[in-house]
Amino acid sequence: METILLFAPLVGALICGFGWRVLGENAAQWVATSLLFLSALLSWVLFLSFDPFAHETGSYTLPVLRWIESGTLATDWAIRIDRLTTVMLVVITSVSALVHLYSFGYMAHDEHFREGESYRPRFFAYLSFFTFAMLMLVTADNLLQLFFGWEGVGVASYLLIGFYIRKQSAGAAAIKAFVVNRVGDFGFLLGIFGIYLLTDSIQFSVIFAEAGEIANTQIQFLWREWNAANLVAFLLFIGAMGKSAQFLLHTWLPDAMEGPTPVSALIHAATMVTAGVFLVCRMSPIIEYADWTQGFIIAIGALTAFFAATVGLVQNDIKRVIAYSTCSQLGYMFVAAGIGVYSVAMFHLFTHAFFKAMLFLGAGSVIHGMHHEQDMRNYGGLRHKMPYTFWAMMIGTLAITGVGIPLLYLGFPVGFAGFVSKDAVIESAYAFSPNGYAFWALVIAALFTSFYSWRLMFMTFYGKPRGDKHTHEHAHESPTVMLIPLGVLAAGAIFAGMIWYKPFFGDHYAVENWFGIEQHEKSKDHAGPGLMLVAPAYAASAASDDHSDDHGDDHAKAEPLAPGETDPRLGQGAIYMAPDNHVLDDAHHVPTWVKLAPFFAMLAGFLVAFQLYIRRPELPKIIAEQQAPLYRFLLNKWYVDEIYDAIFVRPARRLGHFLWKKGDGSTIDGGINGLAMGIIPFFTRKLNQAQSGYVFHYAFAMVLGIAGLVTWMTLAG
Amino acid sequence: MENLLSLITFIPLLAAAILALFLRGEDEAAQRNAKWLAMIATSSTFFVSLILLFAFDPTDTGFQFVEERDWLLGLQYKMGVDGISVLFVLLTTFTMPLVIAASWHVKTRVTEYMIAFLVLETLMIGVFCALDLFLFYVFFEAGLIPMFLIIGIWGGAARVYASFKFFLYTFLGSVLMLVAMVAMYVDAGTSDMVALLNHNFGSETFSILGFQIVGGAQTLMWVAFFASFAVKMPMWPVHTWLPDAHVQAPTAGSVVLAAILLKMGGYGFLRFSLPMFPVASDLLAPMVFWLSAIAIVYTSLVALAQSDMKKLIAYSSVAHMGYVTMGIFAANQQGIDGAIFQMISHGFISGALFLCVGVIYDRMHTREIEAYGGLVNKMPAYALIFMLFTMANVGLPGTSGFVGEFLTLMGIFQANTWVALFACTGVILSAAYALWLYRRVVMGELIKESLKSITDMSQRERAIFAPLVVMTILLGVYPALALDIIGPSVSALVDQYNTSVAAYAAETATQLASN
Repeated sequence: METILLFAPLVGALICGFGWRVLGENAAQWVATSLLFLSALLSWVLFLSFDPFAHETGSYTLPVLRWIESGTLATDWAIRIDRLTTVMLVVITSVSALVHLYSFGYMAHDEHFREGESYRPRFFAYLSFFTFAMLMLVTADNLLQLFFGWEGVGVASYLLIGFYIRKQSAGAAAIKAFVVNRVGDFGFLLGIFGIYLLTDSIQFSVIFAEAGEIANTQIQFLWREWNAANLVAFLLFIGAMGKSAQFLLHTWLPDAMEGPTPVSALIHAATMVTAGVFLVCRMSPIIEYADWTQGFIIAIGALTAFFAATVGLVQNDIKRVIAYSTCSQLGYMFVAAGIGVYSVAMFHLFTHAFFKAMLFLGAGSVIHGMHHEQDMRNYGGLRHKMPYTFWAMMIGTLAITGVGIPLLYLGFPVGFAGFVSKDAVIESAYAFSPNGYAFWALVIAALFTSFYSWRLMFMTFYGKPRGDKHTHEHAHESPTVMLIPLGVLAAGAIFAGMIWYKPFFGDHYAVENWFGIEQHEKSKDHAGPGLMLVAPAYAASAASDDHSDDHGDDHAKAEPLAPGETDPRLGQGAIYMAPDNHVLDDAHHVPTWVKLAPFFAMLAGFLVAFQLYIRRPELPKIIAEQQAPLYRFLLNKWYVDEIYDAIFVRPARRLGHFLWKKGDGSTIDGGINGLAMGIIPFFTRKLNQAQSGYVFHYAFAMVLGIAGLVTWMTLAG
Repeated sequence: MENLLSLITFIPLLAAAILALFLRGEDEAAQRNAKWLAMIATSSTFFVSLILLFAFDPTDTGFQFVEERDWLLGLQYKMGVDGISVLFVLLTTFTMPLVIAASWHVKTRVTEYMIAFLVLETLMIGVFCALDLFLFYVFFEAGLIPMFLIIGIWGGAARVYASFKFFLYTFLGSVLMLVAMVAMYVDAGTSDMVALLNHNFGSETFSILGFQIVGGAQTLMWVAFFASFAVKMPMWPVHTWLPDAHVQAPTAGSVVLAAILLKMGGYGFLRFSLPMFPVASDLLAPMVFWLSAIAIVYTSLVALAQSDMKKLIAYSSVAHMGYVTMGIFAANQQGIDGAIFQMISHGFISGALFLCVGVIYDRMHTREIEAYGGLVNKMPAYALIFMLFTMANVGLPGTSGFVGEFLTLMGIFQANTWVALFACTGVILSAAYALWLYRRVVMGELIKESLKSITDMSQRERAIFAPLVVMTILLGVYPALALDIIGPSVSALVDQYNTSVAAYAAETATQLASN
């Protein structure tokens, strides 16, 4: 089953990409799409039926084929299934299948291509290939296969961003995406080498088992010795920064919006960009021991969440707003991963996939209906023209801004998916470091998120139609085939948070159980019956002191390991939380105001947006003029692109040119030519003779002579 | 079976002799005969070499298929292959039929052209099989002549300058090598390479003219060989002949040059420098590391600035050879495995890239990047093939380009992290120049009037690329095909190397102690 699940998209890509001439375009697309639905179905079966405790380490591995073997390095193509994998499988295949379906409508007629040109099979083949690469990434049982998937999705992303082959800006954006990602991969590769040097293996099972030893090792790298765990975690995280568009390596993501919108939904919102978060969670046994790197991850995550949200405030391109929003939400996930609540990071990844994919597909529906107009300044009043799209977007907005009923707890908090998971991140951030910068950055980012999301809604669907009259008159609702995916994702955006709250963020036991972590004997006793009615720490925390004491008793005080001792739970289950990591528990006991903070931030953002874009639509312009420098700073994305261009891109070109002309040309050739000046003219004359016949024949006679001699001697000898 | 290697080596030469003696002439029939004979000869060489591949026993780390005969002047004719060399033989026999097929439209001096390539094939195979010092030298040096003629006669406008640059560079390096070979012969009393591999060349420090030569005779010989192999590779800073040679060479010449001739340097390092002069290799490895790292960064940057497609790919070749030299002198299993794998894989990939340039050069007669743009509109199949090899060149996992790059980097990381850091930037830069080239040539709107009537690849052209595509992906997905053959021999090499280096270190330590 796992093998079919994994390879169905590849088969689909190949059939669709190469077989469409035989099958016909439509049949080819249907083959790819149905194979993906098959994959999605199997993923759900696997997800729901997977029992980590049926396997010794909470995971199992199916080898497929040998791969790179050299000395002690042994790598296989293999399928590793554990809880992290199953979560990712569901996200990837579901969103991908829906995006395939949606693309039937979206890509039906595209003015970037000429009449009669066959571009659709290529598009579907790329989508399916992407899905395959992404599945390889999450099912890897070693770092190298993960890297294969990592680069594979990079290529698919490159191809899809540059899908409009005639568009100059798309070509540029595609290269930028690939090259910036390669900067991340540079760190990733060094991280893999470091891990191999330390453990003689790049298999997850081996690495995890030795994580404790790695933490106690010093490794020589560049000019000094480093703590090994910190170093490799840091290097791997650079890879994650590239793929997940974190600050400093984020510049490719907004440009990636040059690709068709379904691509943005699948790759640049729901799946590929979350690969970095997945990597950090996957490597949790190492990350847990890398205190310094954890701090770095938190800092980058918080900064990205904040930075991207500020830029999102002023963008006018509907897709760019959502792109920055994605960037910002990824920051949330990294903060969660950095503070050691990997399950919460995965939780937000999970819910985010639904509502962000839906926002993108909704935006795509608007763009489709508006004849590829993407500037929100030319929208307005569209809710009457596209009611279904409007409601879907509304649900998405409610989800991302985090609408819910605070403090109400019915076995789970009540609210849209984003409310549940985002609050979990923010509470964890507070629990990790009360009033720390990460907490405040996330709360402020939540406010901005709410503002730009509602701004998007108001500018698009409310007010009077702006821009080209003709376009507005012809604006239309999208076909059913595009609305069905919106509906399915809307259901996810509403319910995903509430349904899967417990296993991701319920309490320690539920989480450990879900991720297949062997529990301490003591906690097992406790967990037995309790598992079913998971202790509602969430609601009770404020009221009952003794509960929290009780709670702290059997878990939080689990005695830390003696120095030098290795935790036997390393390598158990899909994630690892060190015995002294209590953030998950503490997050349920934060003060009430902390729990309310994101809610009020959301409310404030909404009210400001309402004021500026519904009640007094002339205000934004005035504010922008009053605060011109700030406005330009945000509009130009903090000038990061310009700075990179000035310090990396152009100098690299100039240096290349300089080395070529001055290094190769003047210095090396100059020196050698000087030496040879006397000889070459002489030979030149000779060669001219060669062409006229004589020397040419001589040379050949000589070669043949030598060769003949050799042969004769051989045979005679 | 016992003459298998000689058979493989001399089939092409035999065909060349037939062409030269019986099938001269410039008329159409003669041309056709020449092409077909060359095709049949190179193909049958390839099929015979498959026997070699299947009969080869990877578990045996010694030389196999050894042939030994007396030769002229009391020297020996000795041939044999081991896990390090056998794949190079295969690479050569695999590439040559494709090269002949790619030359189907050559118009001038067809018979001589085919003779040159056939002779070249014999000499190249000979280099990888020779087990006698002087036999090796003959093959190694004689190979220059046909290549020199190929560039000088069938090349582009500045072919004379390029061919002499090529000849002088490589020839001057070789002179030193010959001196060292004579010295080795005198020192060991034999020119048999199998014996030389087990001979301990002196490594006691001595001084000449007041200079201390650490590593003694080994160092001197190492440097002499290095002069020859470094030019062949080519390593920075003696690489400047390569871009010129490539630009001027006809497509087929570029393919042979990139796919096979460059590998002779790397093979030489593995056959001579590392096992015969381990102490010197160990002493001088840091220099090689840095030259390699500079090569990777420097030539990648230079590639970014190129406006000629062939030059760009040539510079990219230099960068990729940087990984090879780095991996070899890292002198551990991954490094050397990776270096050999990288050479094989680079044979397919760079060969294919030069063929890609050839395809459009044949149509438009220019290599200027500026002259193209938007080819995807008219040449979708070409766009696909070019994309695949661009990605392979960039080292995408799943293609053979990745395996070599990854293993060599992993090898060097264990030896020197600074060098690994610099070499790793090649991962970024290669993506930049390769994709930028692709974009300028293939992507975008097709605007240029001259390109409006360009046609996609013909059946013949597709047939040439097909085997290269298969090999690139096959080795990328299942590299064990090659690594299983390479591994045991490399393992033996590494063990021997480490033993020698450790012995030298112990010796120096005792000397220090006794002083």
